[in-house]
Amino acid sequence: MSIARFWRETPRRYNLGGSKCTGCGTVYFPPRLVCPKCASHRQSIEKMVPFQLSGDGEVISFTVVHDPAEGFEMQVPYVLALVQTPEGPVLTGQVVDVEPKDVAIGLKVRATFRKLREEGKAGVIHYGYKFAPREESGVAPAPQGPPDPVPASEARAQDRAAA
Amino acid sequence: MNAGIVSYGAYVPRYRITPAEIGRVWGIDGDSMGQGLNVIRKSVPAPDEDTITISTEALRVALVRGAIDPQQIGAVYVGSESHPYAVKPTATVVAQAVGATPNLTAADFEFACKAGTAAIQTCLGLVGAGMIQYGVAIGTDTSQGAPGDALEYSASAGGAAFVIGREHVICRVNRTLSYTTDTPDFWRREGQKYPSHGGRFTGEPAYFRHVSECGRQMMEAVGSKPGDYRHVVFHQPNGKFPQRVGKQLGFTDAQMRYGLVTPYIGNTYSGAALIGLANVLDHAGPGERILVVGYGSGAGSDAFDLETTEEVSHYDRSFGRPVQEFLDRGTELSYAVYAKFRGKIHMGGS
Repeated sequence: MSIARFWRETPRRYNLGGSKCTGCGTVYFPPRLVCPKCASHRQSIEKMVPFQLSGDGEVISFTVVHDPAEGFEMQVPYVLALVQTPEGPVLTGQVVDVEPKDVAIGLKVRATFRKLREEGKAGVIHYGYKFAPREESGVAPAPQGPPDPVPASEARAQDRAAA
Repeated sequence: MNAGIVSYGAYVPRYRITPAEIGRVWGIDGDSMGQGLNVIRKSVPAPDEDTITISTEALRVALVRGAIDPQQIGAVYVGSESHPYAVKPTATVVAQAVGATPNLTAADFEFACKAGTAAIQTCLGLVGAGMIQYGVAIGTDTSQGAPGDALEYSASAGGAAFVIGREHVICRVNRTLSYTTDTPDFWRREGQKYPSHGGRFTGEPAYFRHVSECGRQMMEAVGSKPGDYRHVVFHQPNGKFPQRVGKQLGFTDAQMRYGLVTPYIGNTYSGAALIGLANVLDHAGPGERILVVGYGSGAGSDAFDLETTEEVSHYDRSFGRPVQEFLDRGTELSYAVYAKFRGKIHMGGS
């Protein structure tokens, strides 16, 4: 993707910047300049205002990708989902920080800021939104609970033993 | 000082690896290594995480918790030694991603592990002088040790963001003091992927001298003694150094209880002391005095004499995750997947 195009799309990719029709209240993402829902599209001209989505959403459909797009080889298998936002728009995005087996329709997610792709080793890095489970529901607890840190006296003894 | 901490947030990636698993690959007793370092596990960033994404996540939490209008932020400084770009500031992307642009000053700081505390000092100056309303100081790293090197057992990823302001201060800064010398204990030359270090040299003349001198001079400057502090946070390249320097200065394990996070997430470099401070603030009530002594190789220490205010009892921490959750939870990786995530596998091509 060209640098210029990605840069133009920064507001929506970084901050979920959409638009809202002040006539009928419909929210659009990506942003629209006119509202196709209003009886006459011309009515909505100059009535569209910038609107930022909250980042909350719910998975309404998803797929597990095993044959990755270029640049996603390290993340296979990964989840691509349709996310219904409470504001209205349905967003397509990757769901991270979860095992594919733990993703289900109805999973509550929240937008997270991640690296989308790199233009090779020397090129620009593109950032933007992905989604992660809201309650960390897919994350298993660490296999061991957090024991108290090794007391300093014991650490010193181990130090001496190591030496 | 008429500026202090108004809000804060921390973020640590989800993945973990244990010293035993690392040692298994290199033919070393990783369990003993981990015990010697007092590191139980360390965090590992996902392939799509870096200093920019971690800093953004931490700052977003801080802004929501403090109900801060990003347009009132006058400065964003990100301290790290693993900025994704050699030239193009991390701070520009972070500022854009939280909606703070365009009327602010921004820059990246580098001072090994203490770039984040240096950023806090800069913000205190700007806010204290009335030049800006809010200043943001972030310390984040996704540092790596060379495969098989001792650093590989501790170098991890994470960060914390602090918003400095004059109103609704939850933690007052009574005083800050620094101690800086030219000490070649740890460095990374331009273009090198992994850092180099002076082996056993790195302990006494570097970490211990700077941290203990800076901490001692700080207490002298404000006329305090170790018993006056409820909490103490040291830079923590491993879980052992801060315990030892704490004992040298006269602090107890109880005072270090919340400030010591490295045993559970590893050394987050620029994030280490700041995540420790975030954990202390997660647990602190009003009127609790805190001593923070950061350390960066090269070398220098920044000390802060802090005290929580009444405001901390009204501070809403419900958004984002408490540090304790990052310490308790995570998904363990094998060394092979860790090597893949960290780009240690040669994939062909140039």
